[in-house]
Amino acid sequence: MSKTNLTRRGVLKSGAVAGAGVALPTIFTASSAAAYTNEPTGSTVTLGFNVPQTGPYADEGADELRAYQLAVEHLNGGGDGGMLNTFSSKELKGNGILGKKVEFVTGDTQTKSDAARASAKSMIEKDGAIMITGGSSSGVAVAVQGLCQEAGVIFMAGLTHSNDTTGKDKKANGFRHFFNAYMSGAALAPVLAKAYGTDRKAYHLTADYTWGWTQEESIVAATEALGWQTVNTVKTPLAQTDFSSYIAPVLNSGADVLVLNHYGGNMVNSLTNAVQFGLREKIVNGKQFEIVVPLYSRLMARGAGENVKGIMGTTNWHWSLQDEGSKAFVKSFGTKYGFPPSQAAHTTYCQTLLYADAAQRAGTFNPCGIAEALEGFDFDGLGNGATTYRAADHQCFKDVLVVRGKENPTSEFDLLEIVEITPRGQVEYAADHPMFAGGALGTCNPGA
Amino acid sequence: MDAIILQILNGLDKGSAYALIALGLTLIFGTLGVVNFAHGALFMIGSFCAVTLSKILNLSYEVVDPTKKDFLGNPLKVKMPYVESWFGTDMGAAIIDWSVPLAILFSIPVMICIGFIMERGLIKHFYKRPHADQILVTFGLAIVLQEIIKYFYGANPIPTPAPAVFKGSFDFGVILGFDPNTIIYPYWRLVYFGFAALIIGAVFAFLQFTTFGMVVRAGMADRETVGLLGINIDKRFTIMFGLAAAVAGLAGVMYAPINSPNYHMGMDFLVLSFVVVVVGGMGSLPGAVAAGFLLGVLESFASMNQIKSLIPGIDQIIIYLVAIIILLTRPRGLMGRKGVMED
Repeated sequence: MSKTNLTRRGVLKSGAVAGAGVALPTIFTASSAAAYTNEPTGSTVTLGFNVPQTGPYADEGADELRAYQLAVEHLNGGGDGGMLNTFSSKELKGNGILGKKVEFVTGDTQTKSDAARASAKSMIEKDGAIMITGGSSSGVAVAVQGLCQEAGVIFMAGLTHSNDTTGKDKKANGFRHFFNAYMSGAALAPVLAKAYGTDRKAYHLTADYTWGWTQEESIVAATEALGWQTVNTVKTPLAQTDFSSYIAPVLNSGADVLVLNHYGGNMVNSLTNAVQFGLREKIVNGKQFEIVVPLYSRLMARGAGENVKGIMGTTNWHWSLQDEGSKAFVKSFGTKYGFPPSQAAHTTYCQTLLYADAAQRAGTFNPCGIAEALEGFDFDGLGNGATTYRAADHQCFKDVLVVRGKENPTSEFDLLEIVEITPRGQVEYAADHPMFAGGALGTCNPGA
Repeated sequence: MDAIILQILNGLDKGSAYALIALGLTLIFGTLGVVNFAHGALFMIGSFCAVTLSKILNLSYEVVDPTKKDFLGNPLKVKMPYVESWFGTDMGAAIIDWSVPLAILFSIPVMICIGFIMERGLIKHFYKRPHADQILVTFGLAIVLQEIIKYFYGANPIPTPAPAVFKGSFDFGVILGFDPNTIIYPYWRLVYFGFAALIIGAVFAFLQFTTFGMVVRAGMADRETVGLLGINIDKRFTIMFGLAAAVAGLAGVMYAPINSPNYHMGMDFLVLSFVVVVVGGMGSLPGAVAAGFLLGVLESFASMNQIKSLIPGIDQIIIYLVAIIILLTRPRGLMGRKGVMED
């Protein structure tokens, strides 16, 4: 019978040594593997496209997704290359990003902040997405941008127009290509003053949430600076569908312009109601009554049908632009899908290319390297003329389009006509502008 | 004063839609004892009957116009509706223009069929189940129906204009001695109000002055006794379900020009209509109609700037506030019957 010399102290000692031995390689590999969140190790890199696939903005989300798929195809060397051929930076060669084939996963934001955060989180944690992009609402953009900052991945915002996204809620890991409410006001007001005169009285109906508030503030400031008076500003519930009781008192107020700070379904319904009331046929204060929709979306304008005719507003981009970048994108998108792209498709396509190019130039997928490459980046050839990603707030500065509902459209896509391309110098503002005050960019977070 | 008249007009028009939906809800609840959360979806499908007829009438063939280019620079394909080639340009254009009123005729058989299928195919299996089960299954059905509509028609609103003759607004102010433009009201909303009054009157007349209606009313009061008299009350109640579906559908058809139809519009109205039914009194048809108009008018008043400046946010809660006050003072609602949903 053999005798074992096991002692409590001996077992603890050998256990500790064995445990340290087992853990040692992991400690080193952990630090090297997790230099940043979801560092790609294989031959592919995964991007996360977080768009509304259900809910009221599902059509806009579908168009964003089409643009993302087209961008991935072009990055991997497929198709005709689209705007890769016109982009001023020539780093991308059609062989993926940094030699890795681009793959993607999709999430459904449902245009709800909590659902959007959950789908972005899932794509980061389960699917290993290295970057999150997309969305069709400022509420969603702000929520997902915050999540990406915490998780240590880059967020390339989709359609978000609130000043807050790159104002009080800006984050070091977040970047916005789309224009904002301040820019809409700065571009639109001079055109309105020229078309309707400087002696006007405006009545605002405003969607009661972050985007509506910042847009109202921007348009009021810009139009009052040119001599307009603001008669009243009325907040309307976001869930409102019938705006008749808000529109009925407009004529009695002495106003001769109605500004609808509404988007999506709200815009379609309020504009339709306003036209039904015959506001545009009325003469008030000796002037023709006018309606203004500061932020236009072609997809949404379709819902309002003939009511958009002659109505002025602004847009980030339009398929009828004749620069080489826009023409290349419209050709590529139109050939693949059979109809022209929306502004949502354009901005998301650009954001994907800009991210890929930044990674290529930085030589890494590390969010901090990419952020550094994007900050202060000057580029051209993506459909908006010479553009800069400002380092101070991660907002793109480029020309803004003032558009008007077309009187004689030739097709269901031909709804808007460009009135003016406002040069970017006219819509630029200081990084510490009061409308963008509060909050700080902070420092880049590479995660893990 | 002019602002008050204006908001009363607004409220009557909103109330028309609430009353029509609540009337159908109450009919179904009173006859079948089912709490039908899919009723808003029937309103939405009614609106999409107008969209569908408009799309059918706009079915087109393409003619290439070499003088114009499409977005890719190819010769533009111009759409020419078949209706215009069959009936001539003017007549065809007039038929397309009147697609919403024509959709009334189109929607009645469609809605009655949908009502029959819903009742026979699904809801009848839940007659003897608790109200919670009925609410769950009909709410699920509402989601399925709206997702089907979204699949075929997309998520964006679809413009469905009223005939050109009803565009613009009527100046009530001039008639009442006010300045021009003080009290204006769109023609189509006046049509909607008149149409709603007609439908409500027709439903009441049907229930009051026909033998069928008498049996249904008797069944609503005491289903068992009517059954014991040898009357097939189930068959009549199925027909009533079809009728309620048609009323909701007609409300939806005529509403299409007021707000462009979208797949979610039924849900927007459903909750408010339930509040209307509860405030009016469960199972009471006059209560539903009266509460519909009352809440419509109050909602309009609450969105007046003068009221909103006194109590900010009142426009978002007024309906629920009124519901709470009425239910606290009259637990059965304005005209509720004793014994309904009290077991």
